[in-house]
Amino acid sequence: MKYSEAIQDAQAVMMRLDKRVFVCGLGVPAPKEVFGSCSGLKEEFGNKRVFDTPASENGTLGLLLGASLQGMRPIMVNQRVDFFLLALDQLINHASKWKYMFGGRQEMSVLVRLIVGRGWGQGPQHSQSMHALFAHIPGLKVAAPACAYDAKGMIIAALQEGGPVVMIEHRRLYDEIQYVPQGMYSVAFGQARVVVEGKDMTLVASSHMVSEAQKAACLLKDHGISVELIDLRSLRPLDTETVYASVKKTGHLVLVEGDWKPCSVSGEIIASLAEKDPGVFKSPPMRVMWPDMPAPTSAPLEEAFYPSVKDICDACLKVLGSSILVVEKNHEKVMFNGPF
Amino acid sequence: MISKDLKKKFLRDMLRLRLVEERLSAIYHEADEIKTPMHLYTGQEAAAVGVCSALESRDTVSPSHRSHGWYLAKGGDLNAMMAELMGKELGCSGGWGGSMHLLDVEAGVMGSSSILAATVPHAVGMALAFQMKGEDRVAVAPSGDAAVEEGVYHESLNWAALKKLPVIFVCENNFYSTTTHLRDRQPSVDIYKRAEAYGMPGLRCDGNDVGDVYTKALEAVNRARRSEGPSFIEIMTYRWRGHVGPYYDWDAGYRTQQDVEEWMKHCPIKSLAKEFSLQEEQSLKDEIEKEIDVSLAFARNAAFPRKEIIRA
Repeated sequence: MKYSEAIQDAQAVMMRLDKRVFVCGLGVPAPKEVFGSCSGLKEEFGNKRVFDTPASENGTLGLLLGASLQGMRPIMVNQRVDFFLLALDQLINHASKWKYMFGGRQEMSVLVRLIVGRGWGQGPQHSQSMHALFAHIPGLKVAAPACAYDAKGMIIAALQEGGPVVMIEHRRLYDEIQYVPQGMYSVAFGQARVVVEGKDMTLVASSHMVSEAQKAACLLKDHGISVELIDLRSLRPLDTETVYASVKKTGHLVLVEGDWKPCSVSGEIIASLAEKDPGVFKSPPMRVMWPDMPAPTSAPLEEAFYPSVKDICDACLKVLGSSILVVEKNHEKVMFNGPF
Repeated sequence: MISKDLKKKFLRDMLRLRLVEERLSAIYHEADEIKTPMHLYTGQEAAAVGVCSALESRDTVSPSHRSHGWYLAKGGDLNAMMAELMGKELGCSGGWGGSMHLLDVEAGVMGSSSILAATVPHAVGMALAFQMKGEDRVAVAPSGDAAVEEGVYHESLNWAALKKLPVIFVCENNFYSTTTHLRDRQPSVDIYKRAEAYGMPGLRCDGNDVGDVYTKALEAVNRARRSEGPSFIEIMTYRWRGHVGPYYDWDAGYRTQQDVEEWMKHCPIKSLAKEFSLQEEQSLKDEIEKEIDVSLAFARNAAFPRKEIIRA
């Protein structure tokens, strides 16, 4: 099943089971059904539970939070993260605070689905991931599933547990295929997944960068380097324990993330390990992330902006102090060819 | 025609709001037990009392920072409010909210916020839930005149009109956003007329006449119950004391003592009290003062939340 189909399936499974769940957002019932992630929902559940919204991100989120206070479990879909930034008042001042502000007597629940763009000239306002921004806020849960199995399981967990959840989905993952079980299962927040076990070094990634890191791990394996790859899965709560246990074993750490370095989730992981046990690092950790500037539009600039598999390999070799191996620049074949 | 009994209820409810705020003003700094920014409701009593008298207990209100009046008029528990103002565990929000974040779910007070217009979409969303679940309930979104300047207010009007939701937008126009007058913030002072652009009735009422507020609110409530959609009510009113804190603020330089006194002459409580004997009014006041004494004793005796719940 494709990543997009797994998202669709998770929503359908929960809507069949739980009458409180409904899904809305600009384009949800439109012909493309948000890149296939809402296919068939309006036919199965009708326009009372699957509907379009005005282009009012803050108002819509506020509305859904209000509905949740009357027992509903809404899903809000946004075709890009960037548009959702208009709703930060409701997300940060209200959704994340409500339970605390009222002494636990009431909680707001919403699953906010956000899609990150990349490539085909998405430019600075269609490609932000905002991992760090969302992960910074106490009271939120933030998921960044890297595969179809986790996407489905985390949507189900979010809707079962309630509370405000932000799920960051990468557009490039939408067509990636993986075996996904039918029916109900959930993937817990705050538990990283060891994708590949290894002994020489630890590679930590999230979202789309997990598959890039996996390619790097394969190449390095060909050169005799055993990489332990960890997929964070959720950015808040953040499972630093799994990372620590791995680095304790390997002593070397590289983090790969589609976001900017300052105040980032990857920076937070390094800081928490350093606080806990500074001696765990046998070499200084490294981050492979975006240059400290907005994403460009022009194709050659995009290629220069986004870290490549080679960049990941180079960082791994550097922390291992190895200079003998060179991995060729990998011209990746991208299935995605626009418009967005 | 409003019955004498209902008028007496109006008088009692308005006096209750007034006397609570007056007591809070008196003890705020003197006793220093209340460490939370308070936005007092003094002078605006007819708004919350008029609207809430047209509601049933199953209906909801989602107030803003000036929350005491709405909380009490909708039936919120006074003991729990006083305990909340003192930051106590038995406060209506467990001591986590303070004056700006009051909650009494049973009474239909759905949680107030200090961010302008932020609870307005919450009320619209509650109305959406009522509609989806087929419940005969109405949601009310009270706010001040400055909230109407927020984008989310208009997003909410648009949403409510689009889905014909059982929600009532109540704009308490007290002319000031903190100390900035309406004329320095909006091109037209006829706020209620904007409702028409969203295809919903816009009504304006005299905020010193609780009967006028009640009658128009009831019209809006009935319309919502008939599934005919949202309404907008502008209530012309005035806050007597400063934007925040216990004092009169005519030395602050943005309005004069005469301005305030002019509004005081038309006090909504004084005009209604004329229809009752002094004795009747006094006995209502005595009863309320006793209730306030009890609530303050309750709050003082309550424990603070345990510090251990704050963790690294």
